[in-house]
Amino acid sequence: MSVTYNFGFMDEHAKKEVRRSILKAISIPGYQVPYSSREMPMGRGFGTGGLQITLSLIGADETLKVIDQGSDDSVNAVNLRQFVELTCPGVNTTTHLNEATLIQSRHRIPEVPLTPNQTLVLQVPYPDPLVVVEPSEDKRKVMHGEADYARLLVKLYEDIVKFDEITISHRYPTRINGHYVIDPSPIPRWDVPKLHNSPALILFGAGREKKIYAVPPHTKAEPLAFDDVPFRVESFNDAQGNRRPCERCGATDSFLDEYINEDGSKRYQCSDSDYCDTVLAETKEAANA
Amino acid sequence: MRKILEVRNLSKIYGKGCPRCIESTGPEADTNMCPHCGSVVAIHDVSFDLHEGEILGLMGESGSGKSTVVKNLYFDQTPTSGSARFIEEDAKHEMFNLNAAQQRRLRNQRFGMVYQNPHLGLNFGISSGGNIAERLLMSDVSHYGEIRERAKELLSRTEVLLSRMDESPAAFSGGMQQRVQIAKALATNPPLLYLDEVTTGLDLSVQARILDLILEIQQERNTAMIVVTHDLGVIRLLTGRALVMKYGRVIESGLTDQILEDPQHAYTQRLVASAL
Repeated sequence: MSVTYNFGFMDEHAKKEVRRSILKAISIPGYQVPYSSREMPMGRGFGTGGLQITLSLIGADETLKVIDQGSDDSVNAVNLRQFVELTCPGVNTTTHLNEATLIQSRHRIPEVPLTPNQTLVLQVPYPDPLVVVEPSEDKRKVMHGEADYARLLVKLYEDIVKFDEITISHRYPTRINGHYVIDPSPIPRWDVPKLHNSPALILFGAGREKKIYAVPPHTKAEPLAFDDVPFRVESFNDAQGNRRPCERCGATDSFLDEYINEDGSKRYQCSDSDYCDTVLAETKEAANA
Repeated sequence: MRKILEVRNLSKIYGKGCPRCIESTGPEADTNMCPHCGSVVAIHDVSFDLHEGEILGLMGESGSGKSTVVKNLYFDQTPTSGSARFIEEDAKHEMFNLNAAQQRRLRNQRFGMVYQNPHLGLNFGISSGGNIAERLLMSDVSHYGEIRERAKELLSRTEVLLSRMDESPAAFSGGMQQRVQIAKALATNPPLLYLDEVTTGLDLSVQARILDLILEIQQERNTAMIVVTHDLGVIRLLTGRALVMKYGRVIESGLTDQILEDPQHAYTQRLVASAL
């Protein structure tokens, strides 16, 4: 028995509902729009929120890139890409950022700046930044409505008291367009400034929590901080204060992953594999020329 | 003296209420629960004025509605009817006609509340300094150094050891917790402070020092206060004027000395006689 699915797996009405939620999310930057997250043929928490956005937006003329923690080759990325290839016949997929029009990503924003023709879809496990300070969703909604984020700042205060710096490494609360504070999904602090005035549309989909929100193009995105303790990104300096290069491609301007070798020593390599490949190819070309 | 608070005909009824609620409750009926519909008339027709730097006492037995008055004025609850006007130098606020955000602003910046139970007023999940920071952050101070300085200043004013300001209030004694709560309430330098049974449950020497602290603060900052208590000693020591409540009604009001020395209402006479 052969089963044929609708283009994009979801039926057209479901896609329409997701698109309508996306439009609302774009109209109210940072606001978490509830939507009826569908059952996907994979567990919730495996990127179903991002996948539903991708499937609702994708058409035959799109080129899709799927990233998992910067890498195109890890299990989550490969499976999602194959699923889209299976259910959306005619859609191109790629691992090169400059060819892609639609990018679904887990926990990273690509190193190379996005262009106005691209849309970034991020998979979100916990959409509400206030969940750490307020367990009741009813109260959180009121707090969001009134832009009452003092208790998030209290968490930052406590961090500085205990550790002399803000220790949030990912999911850094970020204020969008001067009102709503979002959880920008578990991207590292390194990627947070890329949300600010991004030329590309950035969409966030939380499948399990049934929320969609957006940072529209050219919108203010300010990480929460104090006037005298500003937000800062991760430092990749070694003990001597020199910027560590990627050990594979030599780039000194990318987010690095730390690997432990078998002998216990550490090595550092670009987290964005496409970027690493591109830099490597360019250096080879320059050496040959 | 400038008037800062004007409360008129404040009522709070728990339950659906019926037309006979009012006539069948109160001191004469000797109950605050309506026999016809079972609603509880927590307070009815409470009116008073409060002036700058004045301390007003609300006294009465438990269940008389004295805490309900303060909870309504601090927006912890919404009254069934009545009005309250908060008067600032350049603005007047009809407190119960404001929207939620405006009420939150008054609550965070203009009022302070000290509860009997520190668990209600303090967040035990964060440090004592963090509790004060919370109130400052709510009133849009966003400079870490400034917040830290202000928290230190307030805690040393309320005689909390600065070496312990980064500990959770859970690690403190009851008296210390109450001091942290007072420091938190004072963080925005509010012109109006509500004190709900602040010394109840503390031992006598600690009580005396907390009461001294409250009086000193009132002298320093000219803060108006509403003190809720069933302790006549606290009323005598702190307040200039007092209201006596029973079953949700004000049965006697006037100068504290007068009420305590020459009570008019039979209930007040019994209250004073039993305490002295």
